[in-house]
Amino acid sequence: MDKEKRKHGIEMDKQNVLERIHNFYEVALGYNEEQALAEAERCLQCPNPRCVTGCPVEVPIPDFIKLLKEKDYVAASLKIKEKNSLPAVCGRVCPQENQCQAMCVLGKMGDPISIGRLERFASDFERNKGVQIPELEKAAVTGKVAIVGSGPAGLTVAADLVKMGHEVVMFESLHLAGGVLMYGIPEFRLPKEIVQSEVSYIKQLGVDVKTNYTIGRIYTIDELFADGFDAIFVGSGAGLPNFMRIEGENLGGVYSANEFLIRVNLMKGYLFPEYDTPIRIGKKVAVIGGGNVAMDSARCSLRLGADEVYIVYRRSKEELPARAEEVENAEEEGVIFRLLNNPTKFIGDESGWVNAMECIKMELGEPDASGRRRPVPIKGSEFTMDVDTVIIAIGQTPNPLIQRTTEGLETTRHGTIIVNEETGAATKDGVFAGGDVVSGAATVISAMGAGKTAARGIHDYIQKKKGAK
Amino acid sequence: MYKIVTKKELAPNIYLIEIAAADVAKKSNPGRFVIIRLDEKGERVPLTIAGVDLNKGTVATAFHAVGRTTKKLAKMKAGDSITDLSGPLGNPAEVGKFGKVLLVGGGVWCAPLHYVAQALRKNGNKLVVVAAGRTENDMVYVSELKAVADDFCVATDDGSKGNEGLDFLADVLKAQKFDHAVVMGPVSMLKKVVDLTRPYGLKTMVTLASLMVDGTGMCGACRVTVGGVTKFACMDGPEFNGLDVDFDELISRQRLYLPEERMASMIHDKLGGGVKRG
Repeated sequence: MDKEKRKHGIEMDKQNVLERIHNFYEVALGYNEEQALAEAERCLQCPNPRCVTGCPVEVPIPDFIKLLKEKDYVAASLKIKEKNSLPAVCGRVCPQENQCQAMCVLGKMGDPISIGRLERFASDFERNKGVQIPELEKAAVTGKVAIVGSGPAGLTVAADLVKMGHEVVMFESLHLAGGVLMYGIPEFRLPKEIVQSEVSYIKQLGVDVKTNYTIGRIYTIDELFADGFDAIFVGSGAGLPNFMRIEGENLGGVYSANEFLIRVNLMKGYLFPEYDTPIRIGKKVAVIGGGNVAMDSARCSLRLGADEVYIVYRRSKEELPARAEEVENAEEEGVIFRLLNNPTKFIGDESGWVNAMECIKMELGEPDASGRRRPVPIKGSEFTMDVDTVIIAIGQTPNPLIQRTTEGLETTRHGTIIVNEETGAATKDGVFAGGDVVSGAATVISAMGAGKTAARGIHDYIQKKKGAK
Repeated sequence: MYKIVTKKELAPNIYLIEIAAADVAKKSNPGRFVIIRLDEKGERVPLTIAGVDLNKGTVATAFHAVGRTTKKLAKMKAGDSITDLSGPLGNPAEVGKFGKVLLVGGGVWCAPLHYVAQALRKNGNKLVVVAAGRTENDMVYVSELKAVADDFCVATDDGSKGNEGLDFLADVLKAQKFDHAVVMGPVSMLKKVVDLTRPYGLKTMVTLASLMVDGTGMCGACRVTVGGVTKFACMDGPEFNGLDVDFDELISRQRLYLPEERMASMIHDKLGGGVKRG
């Protein structure tokens, strides 16, 4: 391949913008075989691959790309699965641009290899062919492990431990496993069928998934130990929505992004009344916040039929925490950005429904603890926006149920569980934790990375505990 | 899947079902709730627990068939199964030893109130119980409540049985001193009773059936202002001291989805809701 040609990556097709804003089908269409082969061909197969160092779950990237080049697509998918049990998810929602792809040497003079798109191609190919369950080798010393929460962290720990021969029971509070992959990320970014197929793979590996069990309500952590579990992994996520604590927040039409997305994604409110859960969307929607959850909420609002959808964010475009790709998609679809604006109160009509929002203009001051420039309100700059739906997407904190009911489990003042970063071990013996419940709201892949660490930590813990007997 | 073990019509359109969920039954307490989902397309609906049978491994709950889900459930029979049941959720009701306790139940809520009353009685409280309903025909759990009460009376909105309305409580509260009160019923009734107990500063615990989706603290749909602070009914309740509850906001929030609920209910009535008619 000549140098000039190698510089340019293969684009992935997207659903036409005018069509996609009226449906919930996947936006990114994925590579076809020809595109995947052309992109794989660009890979230099570095002897010292830097991309792998950028992957929190250590996927052997050049190895799977090599298998793609050889057209052994199933083998490529299995190669990824040696390290990553959720490749079809990661291929879609990982911020590769900041991770593996940021390290790719091709990125220095042109486009880095689209590792995520290739990962998606390989895993989609395998899924469409029919997933095979590998033979598992059992470790000499095994134990019984409870996993609390079935999101990306829990699924990773469960898969890794069951592969080592441990008995794994996973407890999920909701009626479907998958955590944020099911309730949070919309269908048009991550089809729920794909999540369920990854969950079913983990079940087929031998993990016992118990839905409808809210740990901290039905059983405490101590009761699980008493029930015979050797170790417990807490991956309960960051499920508690933050509110702004301003006037009018409990008016009708003001949602937490969690409520909005749960109704739309998990309960399929966009198919009401075929599905039983309703979702009400107005004509003018303001989404407060600038992260991926805000972009998801805004894009769902458009698809539900809102006329105008605003992202209201208190800093400037540069500080938007959302993935660049998602901001671009939102802009393309017609979401209007009201940057350096912050709501100060919500105003309702006689029936208790929101009909306006008072905002204040902001400017950026000195950097704050997060390193970003602090937004400062501009005195006297208040103005009113007419809105009939507000979605608050300013972050989530860990659900406190487990922390409240478990003695000896130390937490930070933000309610996150304190762990040893090398092992995932919490301060209570036998308890491990990872994902958003430790880090605060972060990405799918960082939760999976933490899950990998904890799986090793749990395995070692069981070896020591049981091997010593 | 969770099997409906028994189903009884307690009054026209009010049913009591026992559902097989042994793990939930073992951990249940009065005042807590379960969330059910009938089928793959179903919504999550919170129902307050009305009792358990540990031998049968069942959880009992009573419901008024008014919405799409409850109407569908009303058509199901013993032996049928529902897809999901999650619980026990929420915190237990306070059932310590208080002394003399006033309990007021409205309509279908008399069933879960009975579960609370049994625990209060067991803990040595004296119980004055009022069972209320819209009409004589809407009354449920009357004999059960009577059996656990030291003093018992009935009230109906139309006066078809017992006292007409709840205004008579003003005299009861004037004549007797209570140490604790528990009210379970529609929000308008909770508000009514709290207005009557407020002059006496009587701690009046009310169980709030707010709109909920997940029931575990995730969605915040159930938020309610208590003592000027936003609380989640599922996490911090569902039982709160009614003296601190902003009922007007609660009533307004409960109506949020009325148009959709009416539409869904109408579709159900027209099309049979996709569940075979019993």
